[in-house]
Amino acid sequence: MKAVADRALAIDFGAEAAVRVGGARGLARHPSVALGAAILALVVAIGLLAPWLGTRDPGQIDPVFRNRRPGAERVVRNADGSEAKRTYWMGTDSLGRDVYSRVLYGARVSLVVGVTVALISATVGLAIGLLAGYLRWLDAIVMRVMDGLMSIPAILLAIGLVSLSRAGLRTVVLAIVIPEVPRVVRLVRSVVLSLREEPYVEAAVALGARTPVLLMRHVLPNTLAPLIVQATFVCASAILVEAILSFLGVGIPPETPTWGNIMAEGRALFRVFPHNILFPGVFLAATVLAVNMLGDGLRDMLDPRIRKRL
Amino acid sequence: MGVVAVVVFLLLRLTAGDPAAIIAGDNATTQQVAEIRVRLGLDRPIAQQFAIWLGNVLRGDFGESFFFKKKVADLILERLEPTLALSVCTVVLAVVVAVPLGVIAAYRRATWIDRGVMALSVLGFSVPVFVTGYALVYLFAIQLAWLPVQGYQRLHEGLGGFVTHLILPSLTLAAIYVALIARITRASMLEVLDADHVRTARAKGLAEMPVLLRHVLRNAAVPIVTVIGLGVALLIGGVVVTESVYSIPGLGRLTVDAVLARDFPTVQAVILLFSLVYVLINLVVDLTYTVLDPRIRY
Repeated sequence: MKAVADRALAIDFGAEAAVRVGGARGLARHPSVALGAAILALVVAIGLLAPWLGTRDPGQIDPVFRNRRPGAERVVRNADGSEAKRTYWMGTDSLGRDVYSRVLYGARVSLVVGVTVALISATVGLAIGLLAGYLRWLDAIVMRVMDGLMSIPAILLAIGLVSLSRAGLRTVVLAIVIPEVPRVVRLVRSVVLSLREEPYVEAAVALGARTPVLLMRHVLPNTLAPLIVQATFVCASAILVEAILSFLGVGIPPETPTWGNIMAEGRALFRVFPHNILFPGVFLAATVLAVNMLGDGLRDMLDPRIRKRL
Repeated sequence: MGVVAVVVFLLLRLTAGDPAAIIAGDNATTQQVAEIRVRLGLDRPIAQQFAIWLGNVLRGDFGESFFFKKKVADLILERLEPTLALSVCTVVLAVVVAVPLGVIAAYRRATWIDRGVMALSVLGFSVPVFVTGYALVYLFAIQLAWLPVQGYQRLHEGLGGFVTHLILPSLTLAAIYVALIARITRASMLEVLDADHVRTARAKGLAEMPVLLRHVLRNAAVPIVTVIGLGVALLIGGVVVTESVYSIPGLGRLTVDAVLARDFPTVQAVILLFSLVYVLINLVVDLTYTVLDPRIRY
């Protein structure tokens, strides 16, 4: 009997090892993953290095130097009488804040929101999905609640949720996590439902493995590949939703530099000064595109069955 | 829908702000606030509030808007036309563009056409609605001055203005929807293209068009129709943003204004309405399966 279980385990681990090998070899065959990762790395670097990239305080208001076009230059006199020339690469907004600095700092918020939301919803969704998929009695209840949550369009639910409490990073993250969780739960549950019929799971049950051990050691590892792919897409959509919330004025407080906030600020004078919308928009689109490309490539790499179709 | 009702109700009752205080305004006395609270029934236990609210909603009474000082039902009726016009235009536009794109991409698999369509699709997913919106406004309304920049014109004020005001918003909103539908169309077509009956159809000498349309697309239709239904969620989210970008006085704009004003009855009603529409559309989609594929029965 022990041998059977060991073999089952070996097959289990073998499958995972195969995925890993496929992953390493697949990287070269999937240029979209490489490109996506490269763009993403650039954005992460920008976010981390923002204070050293020639930026100014992104919240500093300068009433004299408002609404300047990109590339505007200005000579500033320092305290000791020396003069320094400052270039505003992306112009200034209607409060005279440097758009270049705000855009660079905005990368931080987007990335933090994207990664946090992806991690939290993947973890919560995995836990709920594992239990719902494996414990029949729980399944019906949990899935009804999830269906209910899913029948409210995600952005609408998020907008409703942010109105609950004071606007801020934590509220926004929570408001985006809640609509995303049901999607993760569904995915995990469907994988678990098919896994529980696998011979190696039956073997483990026959050997008397207790439910928690069974779920953690035998079922969980096989849900990880689709979960990682899903988490990437959740991350992309979280970045988008955060920008949308901020843009609509219901997200992160307007003085915080986020891409959505910069665009919201630029709305009023869009006809004359489109740069306030253009620059953060390009950054936002490129970031989301990179994450999506990464997700697409990962899916192709981790799931050979889909490769043919999509 | 029951779960939705509970969620929507709780969602907006658990807020930090006190609606009675908001209505009363800054100069109200504590007593006035208390009176308003009693009038709105906000002093009763939460379960009782929910029962009253649900009973009213089922009779079509969404209560009175705290902020607009109007009946919510009237408010929604007023804002319905722009949103409906925009959504219908978008869906028609998206399906008309996306399905052929997907079919061509699948038919010319692994050529530059296919790759181009797929790249466009990923791009459509990634570029946020408002960025597309402003890019289109900048190009067509400001630089070329072909179309009006923003705003909306009601149908009874003239067809010309109605249509020109809808073109850019619909294009904006359609982008993400096209991406979604084209992608699924392609994937679904690819599944069917290699099937035996398709080879038979070709072998008996049918031209490519009838083969593609009648034998492949027809069999690939179920996932496509499904995703058109599911995409309505994206559409609704997009409507909220698009209406803000183009200053269209529709339900989406109403939602945002109501949230900003902490106007619970309106927010509740709009979210409930949108969710109802979403569920109903997907029900209709489920029913069309039987038409598309006679093997499916309920």
